[in-house]
Amino acid sequence: MIEFEPVIGMEVHVELQTKSKMFCGCEVGFGGDPNIRCCPVCLGLPGSLPVVNETAIEYMTKAALALNCTINKQSIFHRKNYYYPDLPKNYQVSQYDIPLGVDGWLEITTNGQVKKIAIRRVHMEEDTGKLLHVEGNRSHVDYNRSGVPLMEIVTMNPPPPGLHQIESADEAREYLQRLRAILVYLGVSDCKMEEGSMRCEPNISIRPKGQEKFGTKTEIKNLNSFRAVYLGVEYELKRQEKVIRAGDKVIQETRRWDDANGLTAKMRSKEVEQEYRYFPEPDLMPMRFTEEHIETLRASLPELPIAKAARFVSDFGIPQSDAEVLVDSPELANFYEDCVKCSSDAKAVSNWIMGEFLRLINSAGITLNENKITPELLAGMLKLIDNGTINRNMAKIVFEDMFSTGRDADKIVDERGLRQVNDESAIEEAVNKIIATSPGEVERFRGGEEKLMGWFVGQVMRESKGKANPATVNKLLKDKLS
Amino acid sequence: MGLSRQEIEGVAHLSRLELTSDELDKLTDQINTLLEHFIKLQELDTADVEPTSHAIPVYNVFRKDEVRPSLLPEEVVANGPIVADNCFVVPRVVET
Amino acid sequence: MPDELYRLTAHEIADLIHCRKVSALEVARSFNTRISDVDPKVRSYITLTPELAEQQAIAIDEAIERGDEIPTLAGIPWAIKDNMNTRGIMTTCASKILDGYKPVYNATVVDRLAKDGALTLGKANLDEFAMGSSTENSGLFVTHNPWDLDKVPGGSSGGSAAAVSADECAFSLGSDTGGSIRQPASFCGVVGLKPTYGRVSRYGLIAFASSLDQIGPLTKDVEDCALVMNSICGKDQMDSTSLDIPRPDFTKSLRNDVKGLKIGVPKEFFAQGTDPDVEKSVMDAIELLKSLGADWKETSMPNVEYGLPVYYIIAPAECSSNLARYDGVRYGLRSTKSTDTIAMFQHTREEGFGPEVKQRIMIGTYTLSAGYYDAYYLKAQKVRTMLRRDFEKAFEEFDVLITPTSPTVSFGIGEKTHDPMAMKLADVCTIPANLAGIPAISIPCGFKDGMPIGLQIMGKSLDEETMLRVAYTFEQNTQFHKARPNL
Repeated sequence: MIEFEPVIGMEVHVELQTKSKMFCGCEVGFGGDPNIRCCPVCLGLPGSLPVVNETAIEYMTKAALALNCTINKQSIFHRKNYYYPDLPKNYQVSQYDIPLGVDGWLEITTNGQVKKIAIRRVHMEEDTGKLLHVEGNRSHVDYNRSGVPLMEIVTMNPPPPGLHQIESADEAREYLQRLRAILVYLGVSDCKMEEGSMRCEPNISIRPKGQEKFGTKTEIKNLNSFRAVYLGVEYELKRQEKVIRAGDKVIQETRRWDDANGLTAKMRSKEVEQEYRYFPEPDLMPMRFTEEHIETLRASLPELPIAKAARFVSDFGIPQSDAEVLVDSPELANFYEDCVKCSSDAKAVSNWIMGEFLRLINSAGITLNENKITPELLAGMLKLIDNGTINRNMAKIVFEDMFSTGRDADKIVDERGLRQVNDESAIEEAVNKIIATSPGEVERFRGGEEKLMGWFVGQVMRESKGKANPATVNKLLKDKLS
Repeated sequence: MGLSRQEIEGVAHLSRLELTSDELDKLTDQINTLLEHFIKLQELDTADVEPTSHAIPVYNVFRKDEVRPSLLPEEVVANGPIVADNCFVVPRVVET
Repeated sequence: MPDELYRLTAHEIADLIHCRKVSALEVARSFNTRISDVDPKVRSYITLTPELAEQQAIAIDEAIERGDEIPTLAGIPWAIKDNMNTRGIMTTCASKILDGYKPVYNATVVDRLAKDGALTLGKANLDEFAMGSSTENSGLFVTHNPWDLDKVPGGSSGGSAAAVSADECAFSLGSDTGGSIRQPASFCGVVGLKPTYGRVSRYGLIAFASSLDQIGPLTKDVEDCALVMNSICGKDQMDSTSLDIPRPDFTKSLRNDVKGLKIGVPKEFFAQGTDPDVEKSVMDAIELLKSLGADWKETSMPNVEYGLPVYYIIAPAECSSNLARYDGVRYGLRSTKSTDTIAMFQHTREEGFGPEVKQRIMIGTYTLSAGYYDAYYLKAQKVRTMLRRDFEKAFEEFDVLITPTSPTVSFGIGEKTHDPMAMKLADVCTIPANLAGIPAISIPCGFKDGMPIGLQIMGKSLDEETMLRVAYTFEQNTQFHKARPNL
């Protein structure tokens, strides 16, 4: 039986978080009433003209550099001509044969193997309006989104020598996650798939293993989360394989992901390449970038996630898996680093941040910047654990208190009497009490049920209201029960 | 040489023009006449010539990323032939 | 005197207003009355705004009373070609497809002229979407040449030219893509200037061919032209193609002096089909300039003959894209045959556009299509470069180039409509300046059978000043600009 291998290309559109739109001064926003952020330019009113947003170009150039692209020193805009009600001019100002960035790559690591996914191009265009379908066979058109700066990133299949292509649903998902992390680090987009500021259209085909020629590809739309991308790609790969094994041919078409039912359905046939009649945009002047300008931008790039994670591992000695969680957002990574500066136990800090801290942040639904715990507060608490003032149980309580009140650990421990009890004789009293009142369990333990030790420890901790030094409890119990 | 009536129909569809039979005939003639005039351009050797996109070359014309006031919502739809809920209403959208 | 205010030039009216000899309101009323008298015959205007003009005039008069600084064009009434956006005032492009369209913003030039105190008389007729050379392509009605009401005023800015010629305004603005200011100016015996591409903002000008369109003045004499240029020229942040260059005071070029001026006369502009009387008037004009101290020489610009095919590839291509937005969704006409969006687009455009517009959209769509782009559009843009180089070479030797504006004088309404190709061939003299982006002016230089003849002076890129000086000198030594039709 022939084995098939997948070939996946990704076309990703990212809305840039500039203040104003690509070609006009309307605000880039999300939500709100329809048609409240429009002007003659983004409405394409007769007589209107575009003017390029310089920050959009800067953001895009930085993104292209972070994706290891070569920046075209001269780049121009083209008109892409097609008719659709959400496209006010019935052409989209975009880029064609001279995009801003070309020949880049993005590193992913799946199953421990590093792959550099080849990127063909990164180019600039304007977003369209939105069609809201209403009953009675009608649609409402809202142009708030029309003209928002959009960056398009397209992978290269087949990749050039030395680079790779995406070959599984897992890799597709990771590609998106890594791309998102980079763009969030650059501050050029918030990349929220659920809000549409990051959109992904994979094109998928399969071919017999070892064959060079590509199979027929389909394109998937309506994938609104990383999870949906994973599921959609997985489904489509399986579907195509089924079709081919049944002796049929895969049809080149656009398919829509149906999240509720977990499948792709035919949307429309991509029979012929749409006739876009590209020609250079006469209303916009060409862009020219000097080597100096490009290098200045390159130097201004922040430390990106992959490099930062590697540095955390080598400088702080934490495991790679920890580092990858901590570099998820620039704010989190900076917070972690600030905490390590104050407290020096990088692994302990990592544990508390990855565990309790993120749990509390997520359930409170606040951002990191809104939270009350500072690097100093965390460091203060860690010191108390270190010097035995509180044990881990108490530390959890202290941490939660710090999170909601912002008070420092010392104060909390004192006010709430959370000091660890280290006095052996006091602990011994509690141990003796538990042993005396649990003859059955004592017999069972001495009879061989070693697991009951945990139960005994728990009972003593309860007796001491959680404050007993766990190491002492363990030691005394071991002595007395043997 | 010249376009067939069928090719002209294709161009009409690309231009979103629902032409009458009469118009198609006339336009076929007119366009073919124009195309004949264009033939003389092929006499010229333009292999080493750059195309002119802009009469006076200027580069990097940008604007600062600043928010300017938008139109009032009612101004946006003021000229709309059919409007509802401050949106433009269009009939069923057919995928092309 | 107040009765005949409409006969005066803009600078003459400006003097009277500045000296408080006449009020802006009197001026407005004089023109409004003139319009009611003659426009039923000439039909320059699509929309008239007499009350607005008088309101603006009253505001000017009050400002003058208060002792405010008087702007340069205070109280000067003007007409706007109806392809420029005017907030709240119907703007049609002489097309059914913009039925009922009332812009929510002003073209930049409209704002600039309002700031300089000019009074808005109304919107002038044109060939639909500025496509044509006689104004017979207007989807609304035909404008008549004031010199002979059975003849065309030229196009596409026919209404703008006729209005100036008939004293229905002190000046007007037109737009010029392939000659649409200069040719009607020559047919109507007025001055018409197409600036260097990028001098005047196109923001608010309803686009025909983006890389060729320019807005410019039509006036009764060269001094008025310089005054209006002072008002409308200058960088506009809303137009990326407008040049960020200093704005000269064009009135400083108004000197009666052409000593040492080198005039080139390219023979390709006197093609077969040029009326011998037109040629004679043009040569007489050149000889007059020679007698005033200029030098002239025949020259050759071999690529000019390719100007027509280049233009008729580039302009329709850009227009096919610029006119795609007219689809019935957001403004203008929407066909009742709108069962789905494709049908809506197709029927709206079929019903709304006239035949000339449809033809240009079609040829433009075709030449941009895959497989044809290289052979047509790309080729045309390359030949355009060669034509630009011809001009650069010519301007190394000469200061200005002088030619006829049009091979003929005006013709009868309906006389040429059966042959759209013939009408296009007559654009041979004006098209090259648009392709090269250089400035060009048409001034009256004679008559044939009672119809005006236009002299075209072309200048180096950004050298409107020399061009205006030559035009002014010619004017100062002739009387043609003083002639007025009998209406």
